[in-house]
Amino acid sequence: MSPVPSPVPIEWEEVSVTPVLKGGKTVIPDAAISSIKRNTVALKGPLATPIGKGHVSLNLTLRRTFNLFANVRPCASIKGYKTPYDDVNTVLIRENTEGEYSGIEHEIVDGVVQSIKLITWDASERVARYAFHYAQASGRKRVTAVHKANIMKMSDGMFLSACRQVSKEFPDVAYDEDLLDRVCLQVVQNPLPFSNRVMVMPNLYGDILSDMCAGLIGGLGLTPSGNIGRDASIFEAVHGSAPDIAGKGLANPTALLLSSLMMLRHMHLNEHAAKIEKATLDTIAEGKSITGDLGGKATTKEYTTAIINRLGRTT
Amino acid sequence: MLRNALSAATRPVVRSRTATTLSAGYPKVTQRAPTKYGGVYTVTLIPGDGVGSEITDSVKEIFEYVNAPIEWEQYNVSGVSSAGQDLFKLAMESLQRNRVGLKGILFTPISQSGHISWNVAMRQQLDIYASVVLCKSLPGYPTRHKDVDFVIVRENTEGEYSGLEHQSYPGVVESLKVMTRAKAERISRFAFDFALKNGRKKVTCIHKANIMKLGDGLFLNTFRQVAENYKSLGIVANDMIVDNTSMQLVAKPGQFDVMVMPNLYGAIISNIGAALVGGPGVVPGCNVGSDYALFEPGCRHVASDIMGTNRANPTAMILSATMMLRHLGLDLIANNIASATFDVINAGEVRTADMGGSATTSEFTQAIIKKL
Repeated sequence: MSPVPSPVPIEWEEVSVTPVLKGGKTVIPDAAISSIKRNTVALKGPLATPIGKGHVSLNLTLRRTFNLFANVRPCASIKGYKTPYDDVNTVLIRENTEGEYSGIEHEIVDGVVQSIKLITWDASERVARYAFHYAQASGRKRVTAVHKANIMKMSDGMFLSACRQVSKEFPDVAYDEDLLDRVCLQVVQNPLPFSNRVMVMPNLYGDILSDMCAGLIGGLGLTPSGNIGRDASIFEAVHGSAPDIAGKGLANPTALLLSSLMMLRHMHLNEHAAKIEKATLDTIAEGKSITGDLGGKATTKEYTTAIINRLGRTT
Repeated sequence: MLRNALSAATRPVVRSRTATTLSAGYPKVTQRAPTKYGGVYTVTLIPGDGVGSEITDSVKEIFEYVNAPIEWEQYNVSGVSSAGQDLFKLAMESLQRNRVGLKGILFTPISQSGHISWNVAMRQQLDIYASVVLCKSLPGYPTRHKDVDFVIVRENTEGEYSGLEHQSYPGVVESLKVMTRAKAERISRFAFDFALKNGRKKVTCIHKANIMKLGDGLFLNTFRQVAENYKSLGIVANDMIVDNTSMQLVAKPGQFDVMVMPNLYGAIISNIGAALVGGPGVVPGCNVGSDYALFEPGCRHVASDIMGTNRANPTAMILSATMMLRHLGLDLIANNIASATFDVINAGEVRTADMGGSATTSEFTQAIIKKL
């Protein structure tokens, strides 16, 4: 191998997703949409949805436009950043299009509101199939469906039925089911047993559990995220846009970097992903050039350079 | 009218009483006194499924030892099959007579043909709308997090647990989450009253109003309005989105004091909370309404995996029972039992398997009795 690592075969097409005003509504620029359509894979930075009435969340727009049906959220303990939990290595796949986020709500009479949680067989089956596929591809041997079917017998019940049916197509991947309550309890008590499996669940549970797992390893600044869709896949950091430190060169790019590695793996560029991952984790573990949020003093640039230097040293 | 009645019901005359943090000083809202003959209270006891009978046996033994003026009316209801239906109805009648009960958790089948959750049915039928769960680090039992001390107040009768579901088209199921202003208001008031009585400073509303703008929005807005009434009393109110809450809980649990939330989030948060302080075996809880009070472990697990092995940790059930004693005004006995329990845990010699010990449920119970 040459001492100078080969560049990753990715050509960036940079587009702005800063919302523009179109017909009185804030939308994502057409150029961004068509670029993602063309390339089918995208890496995206944080996006702040304007607060106030009438704005559709921009992330939701992307989700709908590209049918991003599965949100993949791995969380692994980062050596060199100490939290009360050392042995976290969870992967959680969240149904991303329906459930509690259907947006169907109405006030029947004053003071009585119905919100509809929508579960469809098609969406459940689709996300279940992706979960099994992901399990196979990532070498995890088990898929656990997380549910609350003791209470929501029909909706979560159907989600489970779909998972069960899909599981038959994957005889080499074990399948089981666990109650949401138990999973919350067990992950927080001892996350270790969850390192051999992929958890799959409806939208809201996934939202809550994925952030909970992120909390175990130190927050959203260290966790990658991928949105897998029918028409495209978008990888992103899920943390906020941190306007307080924007422009100062102090931000921690780890979440976005790890997301980009998920992207490389999604594109079967596993070797490149592994190299960069090692360099990144080693840099954090060494602790010399880490950013302020991890307890270091380095700027974004210094941190990046440290990772690049490590890549150069890999032979 | 209704709203006035509701808020009157949740705001009883406040008598000052000293209460340790673990003593649930929830408002005594029972309008009719609990059933009491000759100084003895009759209390409905439903051991429940799984480890229920083992841990309620501990309570019975301890109560017998201290001669607590409690007479049990026991119903061995089991949710494992629907055949328990008749007994369940008898137990409900007993609860309606006695107004106070102690219960374990009833199993709920997940199959669609199985019966609905009887735990939920009880809470809805008796309108015991406030679930109170206390998560507090136990002295002498270190976990990953130190100084955890918060209270979860959970709406118990509506929301995602409405049980209204239908298949509008093959493969398309709708599940209704129902939120009402009246219930949001009374649970918010309950949380603030609880904070006041127990010397707590902050009430946090947990919600997902950024997504469920109407449903959780109603809950959040109602909470904010109620909060105005307690501002001058020095109770701080804030709110947090449920996903962020879960993340904060496992990273910085010290920031929480009293939390109030809709039903489903309560299930999630109470389990995270329990995990922070030592598991479902140590977290007590109760369900209170304007007429009834039902005490059960705060983290509602059947634990059928260790059922019948005499290995369950009865702490949660014992502490829930002491909450019941305080509810009945038997504070002395309650404090005696609670401090004996904490002493045994603190001493660390006799502990059940979930706390890293090797003692059986009965050995642990005996150790507590020795300290009484």
